[in-house]
Amino acid sequence: MVALKTFKKGGVHPADNKFSADKPFVKAPLPKMAIIHVTQHLGAPAKVLVKKGDKVKTGQLIAEASGFISANIHSSVTGKVMKIDNAIDASGYKKTAIYIKTDKEEVWEDGIDTSDDLVKDIPYSPQEIVEKVKKAGVVGMGGATFPTNVKLTPPPGKKAEYVIINGVECEPYLTVDHRTMLEKGHELMVGTKILMKALGVDKAIIGIENNKPDAIEYLTKISKEYGGITIQPLKMKYPQGGEKQLINAILGREVPSGGLPIDVGVVVQNVGTTVAVYKAVQKNMPLIERTVTVSGTNFPNPANYIVRIGTPIKELVEFAGGVPENTGKIIAGGPMTGKALSSLDVPVQKGTSGVIFFPEEAAHRKPYQDCIRCAKCVSVCPSGLEPYLLMTVTEKQMYDVARKNHITDCIECGSCSFICPTYRPLLDYIRLGKKTVMDQIRAERAQKQKK
Amino acid sequence: MKDNKLKLVISHSPHVHANNSVKKIMYLVILALIPELLVSLAYFGLGALIVTLTAVGSAVFFEWFIQKFLMKKKPTISDGSAIITGLLLAFNVPSNLPIWMVIVGALVAIGIGKMSFGGLGNNVFNPALVGRVFLLISFPVAMTSWPTPGGQNLTAYTDAVTGATPLGVIKEGVKNGESISQLMAQIPDYWNMFLGHVGGSLGEISALALLLGGLFLIWKKIVNWQIPVAILTTVVVFTGILHLADPDKYADPLFHLLTGGMMLGSFFMATDMVTSPMTPKGMTIFGIGIGILVVVIRVWGAYPEGMSFAILIMNAFVPLINMYSKPKLYGEVKKNGK
Repeated sequence: MVALKTFKKGGVHPADNKFSADKPFVKAPLPKMAIIHVTQHLGAPAKVLVKKGDKVKTGQLIAEASGFISANIHSSVTGKVMKIDNAIDASGYKKTAIYIKTDKEEVWEDGIDTSDDLVKDIPYSPQEIVEKVKKAGVVGMGGATFPTNVKLTPPPGKKAEYVIINGVECEPYLTVDHRTMLEKGHELMVGTKILMKALGVDKAIIGIENNKPDAIEYLTKISKEYGGITIQPLKMKYPQGGEKQLINAILGREVPSGGLPIDVGVVVQNVGTTVAVYKAVQKNMPLIERTVTVSGTNFPNPANYIVRIGTPIKELVEFAGGVPENTGKIIAGGPMTGKALSSLDVPVQKGTSGVIFFPEEAAHRKPYQDCIRCAKCVSVCPSGLEPYLLMTVTEKQMYDVARKNHITDCIECGSCSFICPTYRPLLDYIRLGKKTVMDQIRAERAQKQKK
Repeated sequence: MKDNKLKLVISHSPHVHANNSVKKIMYLVILALIPELLVSLAYFGLGALIVTLTAVGSAVFFEWFIQKFLMKKKPTISDGSAIITGLLLAFNVPSNLPIWMVIVGALVAIGIGKMSFGGLGNNVFNPALVGRVFLLISFPVAMTSWPTPGGQNLTAYTDAVTGATPLGVIKEGVKNGESISQLMAQIPDYWNMFLGHVGGSLGEISALALLLGGLFLIWKKIVNWQIPVAILTTVVVFTGILHLADPDKYADPLFHLLTGGMMLGSFFMATDMVTSPMTPKGMTIFGIGIGILVVVIRVWGAYPEGMSFAILIMNAFVPLINMYSKPKLYGEVKKNGK
C-alpha cells in the first residue's frame, strides 16, 4: 500500500454520509420536456442556433460557444423546440433556456457512436483532441464547469508536467465519481491518456481518498495496462477536491496566489470530465448527459443516476422515489458548496453532481452569536486566511483591509462557517467582500488599459 | 408544475455544520478543571468548597442580572462561560477569603472584566484575572494569607492556619541575603509541590492535576499547545540562565514551573480564547511575552508572583500581535519568487 497523502494547510472532516456508494448507475428516463440553459458553464453564454418550431436530433448543436471562455450546448433529446425563454436555474435566477419537447423515438445526430465498445487507440493530434473536446462542449463536471478545452490549451510559455485526475469527491453524500471509477475504469484510463497526449505529458496521477478503497484497488490494478498512470491514495480531508489542495496533497507544490495550476506544471481534471473527454474524442459524443447522486439523511433510496442534461430535477426525483416527507431543504450539488434550490423545476445542468434532501430540522441555520475568537476558522482555512477578520471588515465595509488580507484568495470551501462554534455566517460575508474587491480590481485594470 | 406543498429553505453553502458550540467548549473546559478542584477540596476542605461555590454562584448571578436588567437581552448563562469565570476566580484566591470579598471579586470579574466590553467574545482582559487583581490590590493582606494544606484546615474556613508560599519564602529570603540552598530546606520538596501538598491559591497547587486538565484540552483541540509551551519554555530558559549564572541567588527552573500560578496560568488563564491571539505565530509571541514578564516580576518585581500581571499585560498586546502575526498564505512564497 502506498503511503496516504493529504494537503498541509487547514481542512475539516464533515461526516461523509456516502449512502449510495454501492449503488450502480441507473439510467433515468428521458425528460418529457428538456430545459436546456445556454449558460451551464463558467464564461460567456452560448449563442442560440435554433428557433421555435425547429426539429432537433439528440446530440445536435443548439447553441454555440461565444468567445474563448464559453462552451457549446447540444440537444440532449430528439424533439421539437417549443420556445426559447427564461428558466430558473440552481442559482435561483432566470436565464435563457431552450425548451425541447421530447419525441417518442430517439434519433441521434450523425457520426455519434452510441455503443459501449471501448476504443483504446488515440490516432488524433493534440490540436485535434482539443478541437473535439471543444466541439463536444465538455466542461469541468466536478461543479466548477470551467470549459475543458481552455484548460487543455496552456498559455504560451507554460508547459504542463503532470495531469492530475481528481477522484477525491470530498463532498459528503456524493458518489458519482466513485461509481464512475468502478464502472467506467477503462474509459477513465483512455480519457487520461487522451489528456496526457493533448498536453504532451507522460505522467498522470489519479488522486482518490481512502474512503473508496475499492476504487483505489481496481484502478491500481487496471492502470498497469496503461503506461504512465499512477494512483495516489489520499487521507480523507475536506476540501481535498479543490484543485489547489489536491496539487498540494499529491505533489507538495503550492499554486502561487492568484495563479493557476499550470503555473506549477499541472492540469487537473475531474473523473467525470475525463470520461466525458473520452466520449467526446473516441465516440464523437457531445456532453448531453451526466451522473447525479440523489441522496439525503431522510431519503429512503439513495442512488446514482445517469441523467440527460435539461431533465427537470422534479422528474428525476419522482423517478428516484419522490420528495421524502418532512423535507426542508433540497441542495443541488454537495452540502458544503452546493446551492439550495427554490424550486424543483430547475433542470439538471452540466455541473449538477447531486440532489440532496435535508429534513426540516437540519434545514435551518442556528442563530449566530458574537465571535469568541477561538481561532478555529483560522486553523481550518486551507488558503491560510483569517475568516473572522475578513467577515468583520466586510461587515464594516473596510474593503481595502479585506483586500490587503487577501480576501480574493478565498476558495469558498465553507470550512470556516462549518467549524464556527458561534455559527457565524463567515463565508456569506467573505463572498460579499470578495466580490466587491474583485469588482474593484477589474475596474482598476480597465482604467489602466484606458491610459 | 408548482410545488405548492414544498416549503424550501434557501441559504448559502455550507449547508452542514460541525455541531460544535460555545456550550460544548465551555463544558469541556469545566471538565478539565475538575481534577484540580478535587485536589483543592482534598487539601483545603471546607474553605475551598465555600469559596468555589460562592464564586461560581455569584459570577453566574451577576452575568444573568446584568444581561437581563442592564443590557436587556436574553441571558446566556447556560453557555457555561460564567461558570468558568467563577471557577477560575476561585482558583486564583486563597481558600480562606471571606465570602463578601469573593462576591466583590465576581462582580468585578463579570461586571467590569466581561460585561462592560459587551459580553463573551468582546472582552480584552481575562475576566477572572481582572477580578483577582482587583482583590489583590484592594485587600492585599487577605489575598496573601495562604492556608497550609491538609490537617485541621480541612474543616476550617477563615480561621485556617496560614503560612508563606514557596515563592514568598524565596523572595523574602533572597532579599535578606539568604542563599537558595538554605531556603529550599524551608519549603516542601518538588514532589509534594507537583502533587499539590503546598500552600497557595485554592486552585493553583497541584501541577499534576492542572497538567492533566491542560493536556486534555490540548487533545480535544480546545487549547492550542503553542501558548503553554511558549510560556513554559521561556520560563525554563530564562530562569535556567539566571540559575546557572548564580545558583545561590536564583532558584532553578523546576522550582519556577511548580510554584505559584505557573501551571494554572499557562494552561487555563493565558489560553482563554477570547483574550489570546488568533494565529499560532501570534500565540507563540504571546506566550514568550508572558514567560519573560512572569520571570521578571518574580525575580525583580515587588510581588513574589507575577503570572496574573504578566497575562493581563500581554492581553493588552493581543490586538497588536494579531495585526503583525498573519498566517502563512497558501501560495504566498512563490508569488514573491522565492
